[in-house]
Amino acid sequence: MPADAVAAALAQAHRSEWAVVLSATVRVAGDLDLAEECAQEAYVSALQAWTRDGVPQRPGAWLTTAARNKALDRLRRETTLRRKLPLLVEPATVDPHETADPDRPDAAVPDDRLRLVFTCCHPTLAPEARVALTLRLVCGVPTPDVARAFLVSEPTMAARITRAKKKISAARIPYRVPDRAELPERLDSVLTAVHLLFSTGHTARDGDALVRGELCDRALHLARTLAALLPEQAETRGLLGLLLLTDARRATRTDEQGRLLLLADQDRTRWDQRAVLEGLTVTAGALASGPPGRFTLQAAIAGVHAVAPSLEQTDWPRVVHLYDRLLAVWNTPVVALNRAAAVAFADGPAAALPLLDELATDPRLADYPYLPATRADLLRRLGDAAGAARAYRRAVELTANAAERAFLEQRLAEVSRVAGATPGHAPPRTR
Amino acid sequence: MAKYAILIYEDPTSYANGSPEAWAAVTDAHTAFVNQVFALGGCLAGGEALAPTTTATTIRGGGTVTDGPFVETKEAFGGFYVVEARDLDHALEMARLCPAPGGGVEVRPVVDATSNPF
Repeated sequence: MPADAVAAALAQAHRSEWAVVLSATVRVAGDLDLAEECAQEAYVSALQAWTRDGVPQRPGAWLTTAARNKALDRLRRETTLRRKLPLLVEPATVDPHETADPDRPDAAVPDDRLRLVFTCCHPTLAPEARVALTLRLVCGVPTPDVARAFLVSEPTMAARITRAKKKISAARIPYRVPDRAELPERLDSVLTAVHLLFSTGHTARDGDALVRGELCDRALHLARTLAALLPEQAETRGLLGLLLLTDARRATRTDEQGRLLLLADQDRTRWDQRAVLEGLTVTAGALASGPPGRFTLQAAIAGVHAVAPSLEQTDWPRVVHLYDRLLAVWNTPVVALNRAAAVAFADGPAAALPLLDELATDPRLADYPYLPATRADLLRRLGDAAGAARAYRRAVELTANAAERAFLEQRLAEVSRVAGATPGHAPPRTR
Repeated sequence: MAKYAILIYEDPTSYANGSPEAWAAVTDAHTAFVNQVFALGGCLAGGEALAPTTTATTIRGGGTVTDGPFVETKEAFGGFYVVEARDLDHALEMARLCPAPGGGVEVRPVVDATSNPF
């Protein structure tokens, strides 16, 4: 078998099967670190075996069997070392979430991946540790890459992951899917981690590359897996819809120079129509499954934008209505700010300014660059160039993202020219 | 089953000026908690309430003896339970019911001293 064909098959198997291989091995190893080592060794031994014998028909099953055998070998040799604190693996009982998977007769119990993701996103772990563990363990991303994604040093990230793994075993965080009663709350922690993963890739807050596609792809893959494994939980489909509809705009978020493009300036013909269509379908299904949660409502808002021919021709009253419903289930100042921005389109900028004044008193938004940026845009549209310039300056001070700063500075230069040409035109505003 | 300590941290002033009836209500709440631990399938392996930090004496590493607790905090360590639970989720289910109106509780796994947990 040619070396590049084997390498490609292995890379593919790593992308699509890592979580299956690791989560099934945890069941045998009873220890996250040991399972991780064995899964990695299985991928190494596959390189040699597949080059010699060809790629097996079911690479995932081959890798799982290899990793589990390595774990059993190690356990036999190291019984005395591994006596302590085994991970709490529940016996494989019939579980409402389990569905028979004919493609993997000898591989994982189908919901092992769910056990892994619920363990990584356990609410007793710090939120940043949940995202890091999910990337490391569920997606198989090497620690140096996880560190780069979150802009921390490699030792810092390694320590964060080690600390979290240690808590899982020492405090006995169980390796199981929560029961029906706790599932919605626990699922929210999982969906939040996946959404954060996507947002980190999508906005790359402190970085220079606006889109880190790899992170977005990983998050999308996870959202797809969750929606497939827990279809009766509508929020899994809500999250998938939201990510699809947001990701459909990936190619148009920046111009050729890497500068940020607002929704108004994006070339809508370049939105990924296949992703839009799938996102709309998934979201419609989630909306039809009872009272929508916060991810489903955000997906519905993204859907209104996705079908609008232009910013002006967007169904803004519907967007405002959806934000009202979102505020009812998820009352945060950022949602309220986005609602105010929608009101500015539905009823005019003057109607939204009092809403921003109210939000400006919220200490949670004190350092949030989008608040002055939104105010600046409203004032600019109302012809108050001097007020807009002041607000743009404040937004520039607060943003850490190079592409966003470049955009704000350009707008600032534009309104400053206008303000300079007509001195005293606008009354001074106090924030 | 594994052992977990439920450490109670409360503002001691919340108990200082209570009536005898208020104190009886506190002890009743703790009795009810112990019953709930067993009702949830857990087990009580120990626990004590401590006298206020005003009665504490601290001895530092060098042997210096001082009046007062090791760390001065508004919410002071005031008592603990040791429960046996299946896992952390089970322990938290019990700990949520532990009375601590003047503060909160911290849940810590108890170490099996045959291996170094650090």
